Amino acid sequence: MSVTFKSLENILERYPPSPEHLISALQDVQAKFNYLPAAAMTAVCDHLGVPLSRGWAVATFYKAFSLEPKGEHDIAVCLGTACHVRGGRNVYDKFRRDLDIANEEGTTRDLKFSLRQVRCLGCCSMAPVAQVDEEIQGNLTQRKAGHLLKMYRKR
Amino acid sequence: MITFSINGQEYEGQEGWTILDVARWNGIEIPTLCHHGAVEPYGACRLCAVEVDDGRRSRVVISCMYPIKAGIKVQTHSPRVLNVRRWIVQLLLDESPEAPQIKELARSLGVTPSRFQKTGVDFACHLCGLCVRTCQEVVGVQALTFGNRGLRKEITSPFRTASKDCLGCGSCVYVCPTGAMEQLFSRVAG
Amino acid sequence: MQMQIKNFDDLELAKKVGLTELYPDKPKILVGMATCGLAAGAQRVYDLLHKKAQQAHWDGVVEKTGCIGFCYKEPLVDAVFPGNPRITYETVTPEIAESLWMEMAAGKIPENHVMARLDVDDMILDGGPRKFYKGKLTGFLAKTPRYEELDFIKLQRHIAMRNCGFIDPDNLLHYVARGGYFPLYTALTAMSPEEVINAVTTAGLRGRGGGGFPTGVKWASCRKAKGWPKYVLCNADEGDPGAYMDRSLIEGDPHAILEGMLIGAYAIGSNEGYIYVRAEYPLAVKTLQRAILAAREAGLLGENILGSGFSFDIKLNLGGGAFVCGESTALMASIEGKPGEPRAKYVHTVDKGLRNRPSNLNNVETWANVPVIIGKGADWYREIGTEGSKGTKIFSLVGQVKNVGLVEVPMGVTIKDLVMQVGGGVPESREFKAIQIGGPSGGCIPKEHWDLPIDFDSLWEAGAIMGSGGMIVMDNSTCMVDVAKFFLDFLIDESCGKCIPCRLGLKRMREILEEFSTGKGSLADLDELESLSEAVKDGSLCALGGSAPNPVLTTLRYFRKEYEAHILEHRCPAAVCKALITYSINPETCNGCTACAAECPQDAITGEKKQPHTLDPSLCIKCGACFEVCKFGAVAVA
Repeated sequence: MSVTFKSLENILERYPPSPEHLISALQDVQAKFNYLPAAAMTAVCDHLGVPLSRGWAVATFYKAFSLEPKGEHDIAVCLGTACHVRGGRNVYDKFRRDLDIANEEGTTRDLKFSLRQVRCLGCCSMAPVAQVDEEIQGNLTQRKAGHLLKMYRKR
Repeated sequence: MITFSINGQEYEGQEGWTILDVARWNGIEIPTLCHHGAVEPYGACRLCAVEVDDGRRSRVVISCMYPIKAGIKVQTHSPRVLNVRRWIVQLLLDESPEAPQIKELARSLGVTPSRFQKTGVDFACHLCGLCVRTCQEVVGVQALTFGNRGLRKEITSPFRTASKDCLGCGSCVYVCPTGAMEQLFSRVAG
Repeated sequence: MQMQIKNFDDLELAKKVGLTELYPDKPKILVGMATCGLAAGAQRVYDLLHKKAQQAHWDGVVEKTGCIGFCYKEPLVDAVFPGNPRITYETVTPEIAESLWMEMAAGKIPENHVMARLDVDDMILDGGPRKFYKGKLTGFLAKTPRYEELDFIKLQRHIAMRNCGFIDPDNLLHYVARGGYFPLYTALTAMSPEEVINAVTTAGLRGRGGGGFPTGVKWASCRKAKGWPKYVLCNADEGDPGAYMDRSLIEGDPHAILEGMLIGAYAIGSNEGYIYVRAEYPLAVKTLQRAILAAREAGLLGENILGSGFSFDIKLNLGGGAFVCGESTALMASIEGKPGEPRAKYVHTVDKGLRNRPSNLNNVETWANVPVIIGKGADWYREIGTEGSKGTKIFSLVGQVKNVGLVEVPMGVTIKDLVMQVGGGVPESREFKAIQIGGPSGGCIPKEHWDLPIDFDSLWEAGAIMGSGGMIVMDNSTCMVDVAKFFLDFLIDESCGKCIPCRLGLKRMREILEEFSTGKGSLADLDELESLSEAVKDGSLCALGGSAPNPVLTTLRYFRKEYEAHILEHRCPAAVCKALITYSINPETCNGCTACAAECPQDAITGEKKQPHTLDPSLCIKCGACFEVCKFGAVAVA
């Protein structure tokens, strides 16, 4: 999605020009574009009267923001304590191997999947769990993780 | 005036002064790294740690930010304080074994590089933030900022490119205690 | 449609209407739809029941409710037939829901998939219990175990969770029906702010977010502080891995939190409140948004609340995915639109907090307790708990334990009772090893100390902390060096990076532990690790770094032998640390089913079908996939 002035305007008009709204406004931009396009970030900072350096500090400090486009499907593997003691790390590594993601977290080259870690989704009774887009997948094993990817690849 | 003690000796200071203010005024040595009289204290390096007994409990605080209170007992070289200080210097030394200021601190505390020391880093930035604070508080622009967090925390300009706010004044380079800013400056100033 | 609640009569009327909705004169089906229920498939169950009821023009109600704590039995469905006990059905799949529906549509209470029955709704805020039926029960109802007889429930006492699993969280009238907002009325009309503070102080309420600071004392300081405006804040940035009680409270009973904040604001003298909620909890966020809106429309937030002249409103701020924002000064920085960097607290936040103004921050569970203290009185509340820790505490009991769920128990229950009775012990063929309490700031407490009563002070002495209430049960398949590494990884990842002891100190601790888990290092390094831990504790800027060494220090204190096995024998007794373990296939038990070979990402396993397989250790990456799929116990790890 390209950054259109119109779609940004809808977000900006929700916020009076005060630096306090920086995080909320950026959250809206992130939700809209699935990442923070540079032009949008600059526009938000200008509108709120915040130096761009502060926008950058906030955008890179909080994990909720991404400066690069994310994949079509978002896979968040829980590595909370309960998931950890029930083998969540092995499941995570399985995803990483199958998706061929070099770093700890990342997006596949075809922009189909983004893989990331999350610390506790609060579904500890079904540990280990992952959240694929909106859906929680519980009691995962490496095998189930493999099946899951196959299923989403077909979608 | 507020009366309190440092290392068993009584000292006086004015309301709003920090322990470091009083110590420096009286020539008591407390090492610092991220402190500079021209900018607001930031409390990042923790080198200026001292132990304060306020009558209820004794704890380690940083002298550059702790406001003096009547009757407190301050220790600048207690075992707990020295342990904190020694480890900070150890960690810094291993990050940038060649930085002159760190080497000097290490010498004074008897710290030598450990097996974890990094090689090939001459001027590691310790994120003391003097450049960021100087840019904002003294120069009056905000060309520099901290980016990221944790181990990836860095000093940078937005989008890691030339900042349109930068005046090119070089104050950040001047104030940098490690020399790291010299290398970053050309990128920020463009 | 929303009614205005402007005075006592309105409140009474709202309660009356609420009660007829809560307990109507017709059958009602409740589906537990908090996140844990949804994760287990409750949405499909609800949709099915709802659709069936509509299609059949059923004279009854299908409704959603929050989580009552039985995470391991989700999805839960309850049937409340007038004149009968409330029956709870467990692990209800859509198929089971369909069969339940057939019977209920025919006016019958289903007898299958029953978990327990509830005879009495104790409605603690409403002046006494409400019994669901008269006379004696017969047939299967009589045989169905009562809630109070379940091991999971026996020791529990639901005060903060009083409405969870009973009301529709989106229905303000349900909340009022169970006595909600009456305590606020009492506070506003019959008590001075000082009296409210006194009540909370006398009740002995201590902060449930981890620190255990006396709530009343904090309120009093904030009331006394100079500066205007004053802010009342709710910390709903629940970040401890393995802890989700705040989420559950919000999803099950949001008005309890709003009412607590209203009472607190009145006591402190504040007109402006903020709830800082974790964005990773989408349902909790939505529930809070709806609750705030409903309270505002009813006049319970806004100007001149309940005709008292007191005004208060609440704004919602979403977290950005930073654990450190659970720290008070970082949280306030985040509300101000800044990176969540903590600052020194030599001047307390009650004096200079949000926007440098007096600010009072309490966590979700603390706020949820407040209406009960006002409603039932400080003396009633004081009766529960121990000398130094009053009331109850909610824990998420998770990990290697049979009954995983949320439990609210009086302070002072022992770890043993919690794990063995409430939790039902560890799964078969395993052995309880330790319980991790207090998240990344807490510690691992071993079996030798499981008689320890759970209260703020005992846990502190044991080297752990109450924390927000995550309790992770660990068995002999958990390696303590690995657990210490796990928490350090978490904290390194979440550290803001501002101060050196936390940023570089934790990294160094992690490097030392990495040596241990690869069989390197020496015993002298253990001492070094300890002295570094002390330096990080003493030297760090905020509580994240200040408590970060706790998991390391407690595992060192209670499981030193396990560290020594890694260092001296190059052995990981729990068979977790990858550098120290090997996988092999036992030819005696392997029947050549080929499942492991198919799963191995390295093609390290070879063999003919129906013949014992072999594993080439030089190719093995120790991912454990073979171990996981082998149904015959033929893959060994040591």
